[in-house]
Amino acid sequence: MNHHLLFDFTVDKENNRIKVQREFAAGKKMVWAAWTTPEILDQWWAPKPYQTKTKSMDFRVGGAWLYCMVSPENIAHWCRADYQSIEVMESFSGLDAFCDEEGVITTDFPRSLWNNTFTETGNTTLVNIVIQYEQLAHLEQIISLGFKEGFTMAMGNLDAYFAGQMH
Amino acid sequence: MRRDVFQAIADPTRRAIIVLIAAHAMTPNAIAEHFDTTRQAVSKHLRILTECQLVKQEPAGREIYYQLNAKKMKEIDKWLEQFRRIWENRFSQLDTVLLNLKNKKS
Repeated sequence: MNHHLLFDFTVDKENNRIKVQREFAAGKKMVWAAWTTPEILDQWWAPKPYQTKTKSMDFRVGGAWLYCMVSPENIAHWCRADYQSIEVMESFSGLDAFCDEEGVITTDFPRSLWNNTFTETGNTTLVNIVIQYEQLAHLEQIISLGFKEGFTMAMGNLDAYFAGQMH
Repeated sequence: MRRDVFQAIADPTRRAIIVLIAAHAMTPNAIAEHFDTTRQAVSKHLRILTECQLVKQEPAGREIYYQLNAKKMKEIDKWLEQFRRIWENRFSQLDTVLLNLKNKKS
């Protein structure tokens, strides 16, 4: 679905950075809301079959989003994002981390700095994401973790699933 | 100097060279014709790609042809694919969410 929309994904190992570009078939206002409103984030942030559940969100510089990703076996992985800069409808950045239910950060996991920029182009909105890791090893750790936790699911049933959600 | 495949693909010219020789093996001169940079710069990129084993040299008469090492490329693919899928999954969910929001509005 929407295969015509731009999707660019590059790993810049030299600078410990992942760059993702994705175009969405909606205006900037709506796309911005989808990235910054907990009720909407809960509907898409966790890759299937995980579900996102927001515990609290304070979308301000210095504020944080505390949420968990729940597996089909009902195991919750807690995460938080600490917002570092916000330019309304333009961009925001935040520091990602794994934590416990109270938001206490798990120090043995790497954190990464996210920078998301929103650009409207006609009927679509382009989102530019740059994820910066302190060390390359961190990037590799995140990827192997994601893999182990089963985030990389086949997407065969996705469309059917969404069609069901819509009715 | 130790190099890995990810260093090789970090550079846009090197990525372009990979795309170019993916179709068929080419000589350094033929490759250089596709770029505005000097022949020396292209040679340097080819050397790095060779050191990373992403491309292989095939001598043919007096010429050397560069061809893609498909096996090494698969390593990158496998690694990137894991991460890429997470994002594809996430984004197609967002596509649906946006579609629903639009439908509600109209």
